[in-house]
Amino acid sequence: MINFEYIRASSVKAAVDALAKNPTGGFIAGGTNLIDLMKRGVTVPTRLIDINNLPLKEIEESKTGISIGALAINSEVAENELIKNNFPLLSMAFAAGASPQLRNMATVGGNMMQRTRCTYFYDTTMPCNKRQPGTGCGALNGYNRMHAIFGTSEKCIAVHPSDMCVALAALNATVEVSGIKGERKILFTDFHRLPGETPDKDNTLQKGEIITGVTIPFNSFNKNYYLKIRDRASYAFALISVAVALEIKDGIIKKASLAMGGVAHKPWRLTDAEKYLIGRPVDPGHFQKAAYLAMKGAKGYGQNNFKLKMVPIAINEALTKAIA
Amino acid sequence: MDKIIEQTDIDRVDGIQKVTGTAKYSAEYDFPGMVYGVLATSNITKGIINAIDTKAAENAPGVLAVITHLNCPELPGYKSTPEQDKLVPTKKGYKVFADNIIRFNGQPIAIVVADTFERATHAASLIKANYTKEKHNTDFDEAIKSGTPLEGNNFKEYVRGEANAWINAPVKIEAEYTMPIEVHLPMEIHGITVVWDGEDKVTLYEKTQSLSGTQRNIVRTFGLKEENVRIITQFIGGAFGSAFNTWPHSMAALIAGRKVGKPIKLMLTRNQMFNLVGYRPEAKQKLGLGASADGKLMGITHEAIAMTASYNEFTEGIVNGSRSLYECPNVNTTYKVFPLDLSQPTWMRGPGETTGAFALESAMDELAYALKMDPIEFRLKNYAETDLERKKPYSSKYLKECYELGAEKINWKERNPEPRSMKEGDWLIGYGTGSGIFSAWRGAAKAVAKLLPDGTMILQSGVTDMGPGTATAMTNLAAETMGLSHTKISFEMGDTNLPPGPMQGGSGTTSTLGTAVFAACENMKKKLAAMIKDNAVFHTEIVHEVKVEDLVFENGYMMLKTDKTKKISYAEVIKSAGLSELEISEDSKGNPMLNHSAFSYAVHFVKVKVHSKTGVIKIDRAVSAVDAGKIINNKTAESQIIGAVVGGIGMSLMEEGVIDHRYGRWVNNNFADYHVAVNADVPNIEVLFVDKPDPVLNPIGAKGMGEVGIVGFAAAVTNAIFHATGKRIREIPVTADKLI
Repeated sequence: MINFEYIRASSVKAAVDALAKNPTGGFIAGGTNLIDLMKRGVTVPTRLIDINNLPLKEIEESKTGISIGALAINSEVAENELIKNNFPLLSMAFAAGASPQLRNMATVGGNMMQRTRCTYFYDTTMPCNKRQPGTGCGALNGYNRMHAIFGTSEKCIAVHPSDMCVALAALNATVEVSGIKGERKILFTDFHRLPGETPDKDNTLQKGEIITGVTIPFNSFNKNYYLKIRDRASYAFALISVAVALEIKDGIIKKASLAMGGVAHKPWRLTDAEKYLIGRPVDPGHFQKAAYLAMKGAKGYGQNNFKLKMVPIAINEALTKAIA
Repeated sequence: MDKIIEQTDIDRVDGIQKVTGTAKYSAEYDFPGMVYGVLATSNITKGIINAIDTKAAENAPGVLAVITHLNCPELPGYKSTPEQDKLVPTKKGYKVFADNIIRFNGQPIAIVVADTFERATHAASLIKANYTKEKHNTDFDEAIKSGTPLEGNNFKEYVRGEANAWINAPVKIEAEYTMPIEVHLPMEIHGITVVWDGEDKVTLYEKTQSLSGTQRNIVRTFGLKEENVRIITQFIGGAFGSAFNTWPHSMAALIAGRKVGKPIKLMLTRNQMFNLVGYRPEAKQKLGLGASADGKLMGITHEAIAMTASYNEFTEGIVNGSRSLYECPNVNTTYKVFPLDLSQPTWMRGPGETTGAFALESAMDELAYALKMDPIEFRLKNYAETDLERKKPYSSKYLKECYELGAEKINWKERNPEPRSMKEGDWLIGYGTGSGIFSAWRGAAKAVAKLLPDGTMILQSGVTDMGPGTATAMTNLAAETMGLSHTKISFEMGDTNLPPGPMQGGSGTTSTLGTAVFAACENMKKKLAAMIKDNAVFHTEIVHEVKVEDLVFENGYMMLKTDKTKKISYAEVIKSAGLSELEISEDSKGNPMLNHSAFSYAVHFVKVKVHSKTGVIKIDRAVSAVDAGKIINNKTAESQIIGAVVGGIGMSLMEEGVIDHRYGRWVNNNFADYHVAVNADVPNIEVLFVDKPDPVLNPIGAKGMGEVGIVGFAAAVTNAIFHATGKRIREIPVTADKLI
């Protein structure tokens, strides 16, 4: 581990300024991923700016929705009555993520910023375009059981590991960020990005920006389900996860929002499946058709070929469970 | 033999120390001036080091020394002899920093010593080596295709009756079973603290299952006197076989500690736990089983292929269980091992038998289905009453009772044998069984018992305890044998300054050490009786001299059997004799078992739930019925089996060591990617003991316990999955994707 400077920021502005003065620095909140990355030499910040004292922990209701501070702890958000009542999907996704110990440390902003768990990304002796652009992708022809089948590039087939983000993508959330140039909002579905030619960039955050919170608009979804298929019952990243939010009235699907985890470089919205489902009656045949439509453009890389078969099953099962 | 001792299951004697954190593990000792060692490791798999640049590391803050093959002192144990030079590479072994050859990826190429752990870690990252790479092979399949298996006495074919007789049987099956590398991964990472006193005397706080084995290795390597090498291992946080060897990191710490002349501590990283302290080797096994139409076994053929390191011939009894678990006149087994450019495998819980039982017990299930017989009935039909391999009777065998106990508990008779016939909601339900066998034995051990004037007793033996509860069992045994409250007994262990105890492993510790402790207590009672034979307390008009047979020993007192009011305390006897202590030293010789075969047995029953759509698997119930002879302490014994079953759940459903053969490098060497069972994966595990003493093996009636608890479990799971789904998975771990 290389020596680094550690400072505590007392305000959002101070945090942003501190990073601007030292672009090779970084923010630390829960540290559940950053410490791992630093131990393995993947991330080598010269300055750690501790943002835990910033007033960004509140969960607040407004007329149009609920905003969650970037420093709200995962387990607290999951158990919050406002969240449980308005966005049960988000609570379910939190409960499926990591382990209780990690959920007690991890923050909402940190969860969004966590990096892929791709083994080649973590081992600094291996090729990885995300960690070191130009070195190649170790996973492409290697150990890729956990890897993406949607939106990949020849440069990177890593997946985003979060459960929370899958639910937030389905719930049409907005990310609030602050930077030297002021504040701005980013649609949650635009926050994370696909690898393309620059897999080193996980998201659309600009240099020096800090996440201050997430806002979720109120919705009319009356059927919600988060399905996570994983290799063990807890403390495992998703092979596949599916977030389902439906509004059903008189047996007709009025609104549908579906997103998946474990299949792409970002939370993967199933827009074709959503479009198909809206306006149709609740029916197993339609669920199957929607699951089929969701597979457009899917591509396996060897060890993850099973996902091509498992994804439609998972979508179908999540829809079935949501209406049960 | 009747019950020798009345059962009271005392609590774990070191339980409070463990849960409060006061128990000290090998990396938790601190000394003034402590320095820290960190290993730098190779990132190539095979080749030689041309040059190694240590300048940056040496100049880094706090660094005291960097040791590589270039400046490693010539150690007496490193000098090769003409005989050693003639050995094939797999017999030569590997000695850390002895040469510039890279044998596996992640091999230590240097140790950095610094004043803090962090500085040593940083400096180790600055070491740069220049290599000449050679073509490597870490791929087991590739080795089987184009490699050469090892030769020698360990690979002789076994034939009883006619070879391959199964082929001509009316009902038969042939199948291949595969399993990956499995890693021990105890919670306590291997660590060592070394304190040199000059150049010729050293104390080690080392994670080892064998104090005397470690002492011997260090004496030999450094050319020291035995009395100058002291090993202390008070506690081990799990080992499962990974702590028998004196591994390269320990030697590196010893070399470095002597060079800098300061107390040094070295702890591996979790990543290094995957390739520096052994693993269970990958294996492929082919089973051919044949039976008569009414289910009598006519032939068993078991062919196993496993792997080892290029520098170490590791072999284990993968095919042994197939020779003796069932009555079958025709059995033949072969065992082949291919060397790979990987670090060396080693013993892991239920070594050999666990691998073999997965295949044999899966095949037995397949043949039972082919015969349309109940899997338990089929096993009973082929029950071995004598050991046909060794042509000897069993010292004791209560396998039948295990089948009965377990089947009753899990309600086996309610199982509809038809695959995919049982359901609970979305879940397919399956029941499966698998049996395990493991050698029971008794080695040599020394134990000392000391009775003090305050009526307390000290037991001593240089054994270690990696978790099974050896100190608890020995205290329990001594308390019952001596007629003394366990609160008055302390067991001193984990130090080579104590009388030499046995290694901890092979399921032999209780049998071996228990024999010595029991004998010491019995002799102590005789000695006490002799000391009071003339004591007036016991005299009546007709009795003027008491013998040990006339006495009962209870609650710290000797009492006359015929009149318990006539009594004298042990404390009083010692005091009135003016002794500071009464010491009995017992040298127990071990039991070569010339006329009997001894085994422990386990039968596992598993209920699984498999999601009918997603293929997700849950173990819903696990029942293990065990014949381990007499149970000395039910609580620690039950915990042992629970631990073994948790290991079995991991083995059958999730554990898989993965190496990227392009680089020869591990890709899932951490707890996020290499999955072991977590609490949410583990149901309530029900353990049943036959609890009948073995009359031959030793005077305490106990056989072995820890190993057999995992043997056969994986097959119980895969057999249950077959019953649930109709899919026969012959490759573990079984994950959801294999069932959709």
